[in-house]
Amino acid sequence: MGANDINSQDWDRLTRNRSERLARVSVLALARGRRVAPEHITTLLEAVIEPGDRVCIEGNNQKQADFLSRALVQTDPEKVKELHLVQSVLALPEHVDLIERGQVSRIDFSFSGPQAGRLARLVESKRITIGAIHTYLELFARYFVDLTPRIALVAAQAADREGNLYTGPNTEDTPAIVEATAFKGGIVIAQVNEIVDKLPRVDIPADWVNFYVEAPTPHYVEPLFTRDPAQITETQVLMAMIAIKGLYAEYGITRLNHGIGFDTAAIELLLPTYGEELGLKGKICTHWALNPHPTLIPAIEAGWVQSVHCFGSEVGMERYVSARPDIFFIGADGNMRSNRAFSQAAGHYACDLFIGSTLQIDLEGNSSTATKGRIAGFGGAPNMGSDPRGRRHASPTWLKAGREARRHGGMPRGQKLVVQSVETFREHMAPAFVERLDAWDLAESVGMDLPPVMIYGEDLTHIITEEGIANLLLCDSAEEREQAIRGVAGYTPVGLARDKRMVENLRDRGVIRRPEDLGIDKRRATRDLLAARNIKELVQASGYLYDPPQRFRNW
Amino acid sequence: MESFELILPARGPFPVAALPTLRGVVASGNLEVLLEPGQTPDACAITVNTSAQGFRTIWEAVLQDFAERHPVGGLRLSINDAGATPAVVSLRLDQAFDACRSAQS
Repeated sequence: MGANDINSQDWDRLTRNRSERLARVSVLALARGRRVAPEHITTLLEAVIEPGDRVCIEGNNQKQADFLSRALVQTDPEKVKELHLVQSVLALPEHVDLIERGQVSRIDFSFSGPQAGRLARLVESKRITIGAIHTYLELFARYFVDLTPRIALVAAQAADREGNLYTGPNTEDTPAIVEATAFKGGIVIAQVNEIVDKLPRVDIPADWVNFYVEAPTPHYVEPLFTRDPAQITETQVLMAMIAIKGLYAEYGITRLNHGIGFDTAAIELLLPTYGEELGLKGKICTHWALNPHPTLIPAIEAGWVQSVHCFGSEVGMERYVSARPDIFFIGADGNMRSNRAFSQAAGHYACDLFIGSTLQIDLEGNSSTATKGRIAGFGGAPNMGSDPRGRRHASPTWLKAGREARRHGGMPRGQKLVVQSVETFREHMAPAFVERLDAWDLAESVGMDLPPVMIYGEDLTHIITEEGIANLLLCDSAEEREQAIRGVAGYTPVGLARDKRMVENLRDRGVIRRPEDLGIDKRRATRDLLAARNIKELVQASGYLYDPPQRFRNW
Repeated sequence: MESFELILPARGPFPVAALPTLRGVVASGNLEVLLEPGQTPDACAITVNTSAQGFRTIWEAVLQDFAERHPVGGLRLSINDAGATPAVVSLRLDQAFDACRSAQS
């Protein structure tokens, strides 16, 4: 009898529920095979979505399933309601429109950049509950544990007539989302830019896809990682010189990830000039987890770079990347495949350095971009910018940092270099160093469990400002650490309140190093040191393979 | 717009150099600085015209450090600022000082 009991239990409710949803589509004759006509998409969404569903609308800070987002906002709020959005970003106005229309009861996400202000107001007025703000990897991980989507609305470059998908250079998050959804009773719907007879390659097999629709306009892609060298300042050049000579050369950093911004763009553009002069070619910056930054072109062309794995692609870089298959990850079809989940894992476990920027750093070295009135999230930065406790392989860089951190004994192990590069004052004279992060105010005003910290002080190893480098690994006490931070905080109130004698002592011990201590001639910190001074010079450096978006062309 | 004058004691006389020297431009986030011979050999006279209001304390700290870094006795500095950060101000002053000195040697 026991065996019969087990056999009579429901073990396939998800599968049968999926069949019921698909049957509703059949009854209404909304699809021909897997293909849906654009005019039927809203009705189809109403047919397959059930109240309370977890829904993932694909989008990152790069590509967006924008047509499907617009279609979802057209659905009847009486039918499509109480949704739980589980997705990387809330970046499109439609994502927040859906909340304002009362169709969403809960959201779990990673980043909300452009919609951060609207989102904060909705939370303050209690019209939406935030489950949690994750890192990308963390959210992908939960897709396979307790936040598996029932409905995935994804974006692909092309579909063939069977429904195989080609996601191409901008593959990004699609594999992670589709795998979780398709293998756990969910429904995958893809918007595609075009339908073709034969795809260049298959990125997502058709039997993981339930429906595809040709969007009237190609999916939106943001050129988020393009930085015009014309906007790089002399201070950024100086800080890049400090980074290369005082950090990259010092630790022999070969495997790394750069955050977005002009500070790191300046470093990329100084490799073939200042880096070359220091004889560092082949010794630093050979292997990267990085989007195809246009500002990396001169270093690639000068033979500095051996490998780059990408989270996503970058608008205009496709032809250049395809023409450098020894460097990038290129399919048999000749085009790149990015993959955000793998690249995030690569940045976390296989890179020895993360360097990025932030809005605020406190006296413990905690840093955050959170400001009051905006719920933005941090995307991948917390994973890039933290010491991976699960790492077990050694490298000279990792061992050197570990030796510095554990010079007083204990079990030897390595440590990842996590660096914040900030000018002491941002624009409008906002100080980058503060006694108390604005994250505390945000946490209080919207009722978060914890202040949203991007990189915790305990993970931060170095701070670079125009005043020099503070090596936090070498600090012996919390007090020393605080003075090391004050000692590079310039003329901010935090910097002016430094204990001058203690800071000079830290400088004598090499905890703080000024440009002159590193043998850096500040007079050379001019834009002439940049390997390319504007977008046009990047295009020239690429052999005219880089095709920048119109808004970056001023010639 | 804010203007003020400062007279800072100098740790030494300014070396004979190519004066006047002009460095930088008055563009957003930038500044120009003019170095000329001044009246007082043991002090540096500085005039600041800045588009930003309320940062006089920071200006004084930046300029005092500059006067401690270099022998600036007998120099007159005129600064026209369009919202440069202290980092840019320090860098530009150092560049201007070194430029007119190396132009001489």
